[in-house]
Amino acid sequence: MSRTSSALERLANREYEYGFVTDIESDSVPPGLSEDVIRTISKKKNEPDWLLAWRLKAYRHWLTLADAEPTWANVHYDPIDYQKIVYYSAPRPKKKLESLDEVDPELLATYEKLGISLAEQKRLTGVAVDAVFDSVSVATTFKKELEKHGIIFCAFSEAVQRHPELVRSYLGSVVPYADNFFATLNSAVFSDGSFVYIPKGVRCPMELSTYFRINAENTGQFERTLIVADEGSYVSYLEGCTAPMRDENQLHAAVVELVALGDAEIKYSTVQNWYPGDEEGRGGIYNFVTKRGKCAGARSKISWTQVETGSAITWKYPSCILLGDGSIGAFYSVALTARRQQADTGTKMYHIGKNTKSTIISKGISAGHGQNSYRGLVRINKGAAGARNYSQCDSLLLGDRCGAHTFPYLEVMNPSATVEHEATTSKIGEDQLFYCRQRGISEEDAISMIVNGFCKEVLRELPMEFAVEAQNLLGVSLEGSVG
Amino acid sequence: MLKITNLHAKVEGREILKGLDLEVRPGEVHAVMGPNGSGKSTLANVIAGREDYEVTGGEILYRGENLAGLSPEDRARDGIFLAFQYPVEIPGVSNMYFLKAAKNAILRHRGEDELDAVDFLEFARRKLKLVEMNEELANRPINEGFSGGEKKRNEIFQMAVLEPTLCVLDETDSGLDIDALRVVASGVNALRSPERAMLLITHYQRLLEYIVPDFVHVLSDGRIVRSGGKELALELEEKGYAWIEEHAAA
Repeated sequence: MSRTSSALERLANREYEYGFVTDIESDSVPPGLSEDVIRTISKKKNEPDWLLAWRLKAYRHWLTLADAEPTWANVHYDPIDYQKIVYYSAPRPKKKLESLDEVDPELLATYEKLGISLAEQKRLTGVAVDAVFDSVSVATTFKKELEKHGIIFCAFSEAVQRHPELVRSYLGSVVPYADNFFATLNSAVFSDGSFVYIPKGVRCPMELSTYFRINAENTGQFERTLIVADEGSYVSYLEGCTAPMRDENQLHAAVVELVALGDAEIKYSTVQNWYPGDEEGRGGIYNFVTKRGKCAGARSKISWTQVETGSAITWKYPSCILLGDGSIGAFYSVALTARRQQADTGTKMYHIGKNTKSTIISKGISAGHGQNSYRGLVRINKGAAGARNYSQCDSLLLGDRCGAHTFPYLEVMNPSATVEHEATTSKIGEDQLFYCRQRGISEEDAISMIVNGFCKEVLRELPMEFAVEAQNLLGVSLEGSVG
Repeated sequence: MLKITNLHAKVEGREILKGLDLEVRPGEVHAVMGPNGSGKSTLANVIAGREDYEVTGGEILYRGENLAGLSPEDRARDGIFLAFQYPVEIPGVSNMYFLKAAKNAILRHRGEDELDAVDFLEFARRKLKLVEMNEELANRPINEGFSGGEKKRNEIFQMAVLEPTLCVLDETDSGLDIDALRVVASGVNALRSPERAMLLITHYQRLLEYIVPDFVHVLSDGRIVRSGGKELALELEEKGYAWIEEHAAA
């Protein structure tokens, strides 16, 4: 018994490999939030007036929300002092980059160390990367190649300059500035992120990906990502995240908006590995993120796949608004909480159009003192005749000091809808471990294998390159080609 | 190959094995029979090294080495295989993938070359034939949705793939209909060899009609109370365990 719990303990307290700090000069604004700070950020980015006005509107609204910071989630943390956070930090020099060759070698080395090569010749086959370091995008690969197809993939701030009309018509169209406390804060201070536009009928020839890195101390990362898939187009987009180990908590409050027009499909995948804090629960990222997609056109599809292994606290509910008739939403999630991590995550599926379909597969794994909650809403509106939802929420407990919780909400207003919900909670059994070990497999490999099997339905939704990373993160070796 | 001397073992604080002696030489097939609660499954689990079974006295020598303190995986890598009475299900983990990992862990331990995916598949296919198991079943998640017979057949398939030196079969016949029993038994018989020893743990004589043992032992209240040739099983079948218990008491 004791041997088993010690192996679980090791898994729960596994080393965080990405905790290093890059020694680089940065250009930061002083801590604190005010209209001046927002004007400074906007000015640094040379933004048009309408965008500054939008930020200020958000900020003024946020001031009225002082008592509206969400408290309903099943997570616990000390109040955040928003005046202590640095809202903008960018690596210096802020010289305009003409090509990848001009990116600071220190930065390139940082991404190499994280396993993300920004050198195109050493690229992961078929993956274009936008690298966001603290508050700014430092490099985007394969831009030219993508432009041949009319695809726009660039830093958000660049899109504001080069494609203001697109940004203006879609910004806030899925997550309005007044949506919720953290989204409102993001709308006021967001610094960078990625922008993607796929033209009509174009199937994006490579995976697009953004790699987020928080480096500077006491800095919050507030990125904003906007992806628009025009009629009949297809894109698969991935994001990855890491941060140094620090004793203080850092806030990451991002917003992601997806828009799929008629017959378009967006696959959005996340491998989230922000610093989770140490064994005593000191430090780590507060990952308070609003992600939402709108299936605006008929037969459009949006799927969210997430593997959440990092962060001290995760609060996120990637959702789908199924507006177009016959549109399809999906949410595949693995959330691992070890050490003292807390996760309250799930999804919302709003069925508005007729014959809309949604699938929710959620796998929660708790180890150490981790607390894992699934929270999901399935809402079938009056007009959503023939809507269907299938939800499956499984929890796996490793050890006996962790917890798993499920909070499903169902609101069905149309009698022709079909809604199914299944939930299970299981423990890695001594019997399963002994069985594996009796065949010669070490205890740690056995745990990895069982966890991997448990997550399989979600991991197989990830693009290949990320599936490998995700499985490594879960302490799992890739299932071979046999079987 | 296996020499058990004065073995005492506890489960959940209760003494189950109370001075068991048993010796098995290479190439031999031994049957251990006994009524429910006599300690048959405990013996199997103690040999395999299950940690909630506490050895409180005596010793188990395997190929001259004392097994005390050796982890279950090390025992397995040294060639001890337990065919489980109740094989567990492991959702989402393909049986073939699992077996390849196990086979390679064993090969690595012995300092031999590991098998790559192609070689393993070819090797495993040959073993599938032994137990008349189809490849589709072998590729499914471990034991998930398998019938009782399929699970037992899978145990013997795994045994064939891992090529152990000492096979302990814990009530492999339980829950099998006559056809499944015949298939499983012929798989086991095909694995008999001069280098390999087998310990069949069973309640009924039925299995021994198909897998004929060299020796039969009767286990009662944690001790082997009688040993003999295969005819002992028949005698036992005829007279019942009560006969042995009276005999032992006398």
